Amino acid sequence: MSGDTRVAHAPSRLTRGLILGVVGLVFAVPILAMVEFTLRRGLVGGYDLHRWTELFQGGLTGEYKPVLVALGNSVGLAIGTVAIILLLLVPTMLLVHIRFPRLRRTLEIICILPISIPAIVLVVGLAPVFSVVARLMGSGVWTLAFAYGITVLPFAYRAIQANLDGVDVRTLSEAARTLGAGWGSVLLRVLVPNLRRGILAGAFIAVAVVLGEFTIASLLNRVNLQTALVVVSKNDPYTAVILSLIALLVAFGLLMAIGRLGAPRRTPRRRALTAPSTPAPTPTGDRP
Amino acid sequence: MSQTTTHRAETRTGAVVDFAGVAKRYGTHLALTEFDLTLQAGELVALLGPSGSGKTTALRVLAGLESCDDGRIRIDGDDVAALPTSRRDMGMVFQSYSLFPHLSAGENVEFGLRMRRVPAVERRERAAAALALVGLDAHYGRYAHELSGGQQQRVALARALVTQPRVLLLDEPLSALDAKVRVQLRDQIRRIQTDLGITTLFVTHDQDEALAVADRVAVMRDGRIEQVGTPEELYTRPATAFIADFVGLSNRLPGVVRHGFAEVHGVVLPLLDPSHADGAVRVFVRQEDLTLAPAGANESGMALAGTVLISSFLGSLRRTSVQLAQGGTVVVQHDVRDRPQVGDAVLVRFSGAPVPVQAAS
Repeated sequence: MSGDTRVAHAPSRLTRGLILGVVGLVFAVPILAMVEFTLRRGLVGGYDLHRWTELFQGGLTGEYKPVLVALGNSVGLAIGTVAIILLLLVPTMLLVHIRFPRLRRTLEIICILPISIPAIVLVVGLAPVFSVVARLMGSGVWTLAFAYGITVLPFAYRAIQANLDGVDVRTLSEAARTLGAGWGSVLLRVLVPNLRRGILAGAFIAVAVVLGEFTIASLLNRVNLQTALVVVSKNDPYTAVILSLIALLVAFGLLMAIGRLGAPRRTPRRRALTAPSTPAPTPTGDRP
Repeated sequence: MSQTTTHRAETRTGAVVDFAGVAKRYGTHLALTEFDLTLQAGELVALLGPSGSGKTTALRVLAGLESCDDGRIRIDGDDVAALPTSRRDMGMVFQSYSLFPHLSAGENVEFGLRMRRVPAVERRERAAAALALVGLDAHYGRYAHELSGGQQQRVALARALVTQPRVLLLDEPLSALDAKVRVQLRDQIRRIQTDLGITTLFVTHDQDEALAVADRVAVMRDGRIEQVGTPEELYTRPATAFIADFVGLSNRLPGVVRHGFAEVHGVVLPLLDPSHADGAVRVFVRQEDLTLAPAGANESGMALAGTVLISSFLGSLRRTSVQLAQGGTVVVQHDVRDRPQVGDAVLVRFSGAPVPVQAAS
């Protein structure tokens, strides 16, 4: 019954294919253009792989060393940002969901807000804050994780909330408590396993956003992967594009992993109980 | 099955639960007030009432899921106010399905034992025995999504019982199930509860459920208990008009009390409370205390004439609405073999059972 109704309202195969094709082109054309660019043989004309092989034979040492350092910075920032999500956002969301449901709208607005504020505006506000942060904790790159913790809030919030909506967290935690579980056990043995997909999805999206972040790092004079790529591109645009492609590949890999996690693993009925972790908005990293 | 028997024997039976003057406020709303109730050892008490009457609040306060603002709750004489839920040693089955989706049925049942650091081998044995108790020993490895609603609630019952709690709390455990499964599980709960002799508080809004399983029923209204008694007492001797109206199916008819008798359209009926003051009242007459007779049959002083409005076949019985000649309608419950037709002129006879009344406002 319901299947018939859904088919009647769903767009036809052709329409779906067409939409997918157009959207795919929007993504594919710039990426293919980048690939094409890295294969060019300069003024001689024609294509080969020499820029790729040179880069990898060189082992990313010497002149590209700063890129490696910057990659290390970005990975460290990603870990820091994920830690903020796991240690601050997840417990806050659970607390609001279980104990203070009236604050849910407020929390949602606060968490979604950063998506509507352009990074450049955010930086203007963050600059004086970071001068205080620098005085208190030094101006290490890692302090950027505080800013990134804010920028990834909307994505992480949506991913976790979608999972939270599909699980009767309140009843599950009450059931666990009547069975003798303290709050720690409730969190680790009952809630986290059931929110695993949402939390992982939120964490991966956070990593993807942080790896692609440029504006805040650049304006606050910190070095991360994207700012380093810009520096490289000033000397060698080809290598910069190759490195960007690799960064894109890593981000795609992460997003594919999220898709896998969001897919129902067992039977379709499981979805009703543990809810898919998507839909979360796709992060739009502001790559240079 | 031998395991089942051993564990049954081990089960601690019968804690005495005592609510004394318990009150719970949500803002300005009094969810529970002057709540006094004692559950004897091994007794099953049903809290019955319409939604918002405070029955679930009472159960949650006992479980420690809500704090109480006033009064005392004692289990076997110990005040439990300071104990968190996790240390109150109670088993609870919830209205909504509450099995942990990431664990199998067996692991769900083991959860409470794991929290009590019971060794793995014993845990598994006891979980299997508890599942056998609810007839689901073959479902140890199944996940919640692979079980029907009734099976999920049975696993939840096994999970609540496996730790041998002092008190079993059932918060409308059957309301999400379809009618047939509901009756089966209701009877199973009662059988297991009697076998184990565990003190049980059963919250429900379904009077059939409450009357069928409980040793005693406490009817609640606006955060207070209106009457506590055995199902028979509640049914035959309701203390208030609310209970007369809420428990069982009654007709409300306008009448007058005079000299210890109620009079409805000239029919004189004995009063449940003969000391009721004279005056205009509403009289509650149970559907089964009325019978139908064809018009023109021997009309005594105990019958009223009317016309059939509608007659519904309900399987084991039939319910017929009759428009009375004096105005108003009554519903009569009678044998399915009597088939009154719409528009038939009939006589509605009163059995003469004592009736409760409520002063007309």
